Amino acid sequence: MSDIALPRIARPGRMRRMGTVLRDMASSPSGMIGLALVAAHLVMALISPLIVPFDYKAMDSGMVLTGPTGTHLLGTDHLGRDVFTRVLMGGREALLVTGIATPFAMLWGGMMGILLGLAGGRLDEVMMRVVDAFLSLPWILKLLVLVMTFGNGMMVIIPTLGFFYGIPVIRVARAATHGVVARDFVLAAKARGHSRFSIIRRELLPNVLDTLMVEGAMRWSWMLLAFSSLSFLGFGTSPPTPDWGLMISESRVYMPLSPWGVLGPMVALSSLIIGINLSADALAKAMGIDRARKAVV
Amino acid sequence: MIPMLIRRLLLGAVTVWIVSIIIFAGVEILPGDACTAFLERDAKGQLLENCREEQGLNRPAMERYVSWASGAVRGDFGTSIGGDQSIAEMVGLRVKLSLMLAMGALIGGVPLAIFLGVVTGLWRDRPLDVFLSTAAIFAMTIPEFISATILILIFSIWLGWVPGIVITPADAPVLDFFPEFILPIVVLGMVMTAHIMRMVRSSVIEVMASDYVQMATLKGVPFRRIVFRHVLPNALLPAINVVALTVAWLLGGVVVVEMVFNYPGLGRMMVDAISDRDLPVVQAIAMIVATTYVCVNLTADLMTMILNPRLRTLYMRSK
Repeated sequence: MSDIALPRIARPGRMRRMGTVLRDMASSPSGMIGLALVAAHLVMALISPLIVPFDYKAMDSGMVLTGPTGTHLLGTDHLGRDVFTRVLMGGREALLVTGIATPFAMLWGGMMGILLGLAGGRLDEVMMRVVDAFLSLPWILKLLVLVMTFGNGMMVIIPTLGFFYGIPVIRVARAATHGVVARDFVLAAKARGHSRFSIIRRELLPNVLDTLMVEGAMRWSWMLLAFSSLSFLGFGTSPPTPDWGLMISESRVYMPLSPWGVLGPMVALSSLIIGINLSADALAKAMGIDRARKAVV
Repeated sequence: MIPMLIRRLLLGAVTVWIVSIIIFAGVEILPGDACTAFLERDAKGQLLENCREEQGLNRPAMERYVSWASGAVRGDFGTSIGGDQSIAEMVGLRVKLSLMLAMGALIGGVPLAIFLGVVTGLWRDRPLDVFLSTAAIFAMTIPEFISATILILIFSIWLGWVPGIVITPADAPVLDFFPEFILPIVVLGMVMTAHIMRMVRSSVIEVMASDYVQMATLKGVPFRRIVFRHVLPNALLPAINVVALTVAWLLGGVVVVEMVFNYPGLGRMMVDAISDRDLPVVQAIAMIVATTYVCVNLTADLMTMILNPRLRTLYMRSK
């Protein structure tokens, strides 16, 4: 039987497809801007320690809350630290934390959702109620309780974000699986006697992946928002680490004297989050998914 | 219809029940209890024993869950550890204040969002749509603490029009919070308006492209009649669910906004309670917020079902 030559259908390789998707994303002005912003922030996070003009924790009591000058491009903060330096470096911790926590959330949430979507039945019913229950608690309550109990180290924040932000992914992955699981090619694979693992890997995953990619981009931006909000409230990064959320909350009091200490980090954080959102929109469009219908939570 | 309704109500109740287990178990599993928090974390010996005895923390977990849950059902959350005050009373006051913010944002935001969504959807890709849609992306994505800080900087520091911080005490009459609550309401309303607007816009576009709207246009039905008779009823239905989800978001997003403006609402109380490890208060707030979330979503689902004749008959036929 095996010597019958099946006609091979030319399928674009994975790398080729990535290239096409990226080109599609960059073809609209908003997608282009989004990708450029994200790329710029990633590059800056990597190289900023090498290029910043000052030490981020060096204080200068003679130069407190000055406006922009030739040496201090964005002025200095209430401790005389260079705002420009701190703005350039302020995204490193947030990007590191969310950069690890996002794949973690997508991985466990996505796997769980696909398994539940495939399994169905009572287990699925019960698990979805648990998911609903977790989603009905406000995100900030869940994060704050854990951070207050176990401290704000990265070893706490990364798993916490990864766990809680994986829960809504379960729902998305499950719904996407439901859309595929009754299709002919899955039935055919079942009829051929393929194992469950092989069905997930070869039939379900490729079809669910698009949705998960777009979802992942959105989760990333929400995680950044959550992490910066925690920092802003004083429960995220500890000083003197430069972090945009923390910088905004520290410099807010001095706003009437010198607004530069808040404006700098605000522009940086907003541009990153907007960049991710524009990219997510473009990605959804390139993959044919309508994102405006996605919920807020 | 009726069996469907009962089923949904039951599912909602089950969700709330699971929430109560998660909240109770969560507090159980985390190290420390209300007494160690109250007496500082390293309290030992007789003092701790007495406190636990007094608070009934020595009883088995099952028993405490039953008495806590049955109290919660009756609206009795016990007394706060530190203040010896009735939690229900303390929380009730704050709920009222947070509700005022949320209602303000909803009353101003929802009609505006629907109007803008319809306008941008009907005149898609025109300069007005491009401008408003871009503004919506900004409003949606910029963190609340940033938009709040920008508004404070512009309207209370530079222009001096409205106060940027709330100093009225929590137990003051509601009207005393005017004009302090203007900025918090604007911040919350902005995000919400943007979300609902985007949703309405996308469903208006979808309906405008539908066969029945094209048919109506070809028949020569006037544009105004098409908009009000054909497009609006169909496009606004999905908006109900988004409004419900934004209400749910309001419950969480309100925390940051309340912290920024020092507004003595439920959110600030929650952060304070978590910082003070006043666990009974945290449990009570979590329970109230989660129950509200479930109820709002349930109401939205039921409203969509009742208002949409197609769904109504679909469920009837399937039953």
